[in-house]
Amino acid sequence: MHLMYFTEQPMSAYPEQAGRDFGATALMLSNKHFDPVEGSRLYNNYIEQYMLAEEVGVDGIMLNEHHNAPFCMQAKANIFAAVLAGMTKKVKIVMLGNPLPLAENPIRLAEELAMIDMISKGRLVSGFVRGGGQEQLATGVNPAFNRERFEEAHELIVKAWTQEGPFRFEGTHYQHRVVNPWAVPLQKPYPRVWIPGVISKETIIWAAQQRYPYIALNTSIEQTKKIWELYDSVAADVGYVGGPENRGYLIQVHVSDNEEKAIENARQFRWMQGEFTGLAHPVWSTPSGYGSPSARRTFVEFASGRASNPRGETSFEQQMADLRIIAGTPKTVVAKLKRILEETRPGILALWGNDGRVSQADSLTCIKLIGQEVFPAIREIAKSLDLKSPFEANAPVGIKYSTDLKPRKAAAAE
Amino acid sequence: MAGVNWTDSTIEAGGTKLHLQRAGKGRPVVVLHHETGTLDRLPFYDALAAHYDVLVPHHPGYSRSERPTWMRSVRDIAVMHRGLLSELKLKNVALLGLGFGGWIAAEMASMAPDDLSHLVLVGAMGIKPPEGDILDLAITGYVDYARAGFHDQKAFDRVYGAEPSIDQLEMWDICREMSFRIAWKPYMYSQTLPHLLGAVRAPALVVWGDDDKVVPQSVAKRYVEALPNARLEIVKAAGHCVDMEQPETLAKLVTNFIGRE
Repeated sequence: MHLMYFTEQPMSAYPEQAGRDFGATALMLSNKHFDPVEGSRLYNNYIEQYMLAEEVGVDGIMLNEHHNAPFCMQAKANIFAAVLAGMTKKVKIVMLGNPLPLAENPIRLAEELAMIDMISKGRLVSGFVRGGGQEQLATGVNPAFNRERFEEAHELIVKAWTQEGPFRFEGTHYQHRVVNPWAVPLQKPYPRVWIPGVISKETIIWAAQQRYPYIALNTSIEQTKKIWELYDSVAADVGYVGGPENRGYLIQVHVSDNEEKAIENARQFRWMQGEFTGLAHPVWSTPSGYGSPSARRTFVEFASGRASNPRGETSFEQQMADLRIIAGTPKTVVAKLKRILEETRPGILALWGNDGRVSQADSLTCIKLIGQEVFPAIREIAKSLDLKSPFEANAPVGIKYSTDLKPRKAAAAE
Repeated sequence: MAGVNWTDSTIEAGGTKLHLQRAGKGRPVVVLHHETGTLDRLPFYDALAAHYDVLVPHHPGYSRSERPTWMRSVRDIAVMHRGLLSELKLKNVALLGLGFGGWIAAEMASMAPDDLSHLVLVGAMGIKPPEGDILDLAITGYVDYARAGFHDQKAFDRVYGAEPSIDQLEMWDICREMSFRIAWKPYMYSQTLPHLLGAVRAPALVVWGDDDKVVPQSVAKRYVEALPNARLEIVKAAGHCVDMEQPETLAKLVTNFIGRE
């Protein structure tokens, strides 16, 4: 079991009323409300949190990236990865992930990630994402080519990592006449790639085809099971058996030394007026061409205010009941996590410990309890359930490096 | 205007199937629709069909025409519509472009300046506004965007209904996706088009609603400067979609300009 700590790095010092007055807390909420003095304080708080996480024994620190919104302060995940590469000694630096379509030059990403891998002495896990809809608009990238750019940038980066240069790359969205970066990853054939996601079937299918672990982001137990059903069926088509080493799960868990305080702090998981990526016009979060064509009708109904959010909207109490938010003392939390582990069998688990305006003192307490009490208990449970991480299972980095493939006979016969 | 007999057909132009609606007799007038697609029948089309052979092709990727996934620019659409005209053996047509369709018409004019009788641009996109910006589809809701095209919201209600159907919203999303695919950056204009219009000798009429909230009126002046033989008409109490808001006024301007037979 690979156990990680995660925070969205909330810009908790933004004036909430300004967001309410404007009617949105994402993309277009003016950055005149961003106070860099508070920003500086918070960035350094987050570094302190990560350093403690390493000290109390977490296996990995999960990083991500978003733009133009207070719910996440990381405008470039690789910056924090670079900071941690130099400051930490043992933890894996787990990018979940770099939004590939936003890159105009994926070679730069390949170089940055190679540098992080070398500086950290091989501790990089290089996850990739499509980036949210708002991210495309915040960076001026065409949402209609999001998935094509994702797949092509991935192809180019892996090539840059594994094929000797110089070579030429002539793609549909990326053309590079000279690819020859003088920075290559320390880990061979290349750093592990994990793919996080929430809703798109296409991404689950793609991850399974690549044999990359898929990290389900805060889905309900039922949704998570459906994700593994799909992943495993694609895995079987491709010729391998999906298992815990292919499955990751991120969940909002706040731990405290008393139950009431834990629940009070856990309410902060809904601090953006209950909207995980902030309150926004629906067409910002799902610009045309970004989503699956099969979901087009559902999204236009939602966008015009005639249907509820297809991504789901549930109350804090309901999310607690569904085990999408867990809060309490280590004992309570471990018991609930055990049920999730038994039912969904992941080999990678990330706890999203703190959000919103949880104080630095309470955040540090949470991290300490996670590292010293929750994770040791989870490790034992994982052992008894035989939940191996990709590292423990020595899983191949990707499909091309698999030596055990047995594609379905039916597929071969057709 | 009852009694106009429209025919719908599918024409293959260079490998892509385009939907074409056609009615009337006389001089061929090709109407190029907005980036919001087009409804099948509109009073403006009927008014023109009383005087001309009116052709309304649906742009590739819009309304009833299929989407060529390879397409990357508005100029590609212009080339395809030129191909459609040669497929139909039509020469020396009048081009009438509405908003986004105005951009396509201007591109078509620049490509074959001799093969054109008249050019009418109504609230045309395609040139970077010297002042102001073109309204951004990407951050505006479907209904808000469509409503922004009208000065009088009652006119919008007449065309689309006060609450447009989910089918209509879905169609707007499909059209929007195509606009992103071909006009994302720079958004809704070409940096080279104004420099290519100097060869167009055909008479041009540039029409703008006085309350166009989609394409700033400053663009109208640039078109009139760039086209050697153009004049400007401003329609009072009209928004961007003059064709849907004041169909008779626009039809009159057009028939006076092109002439009746």
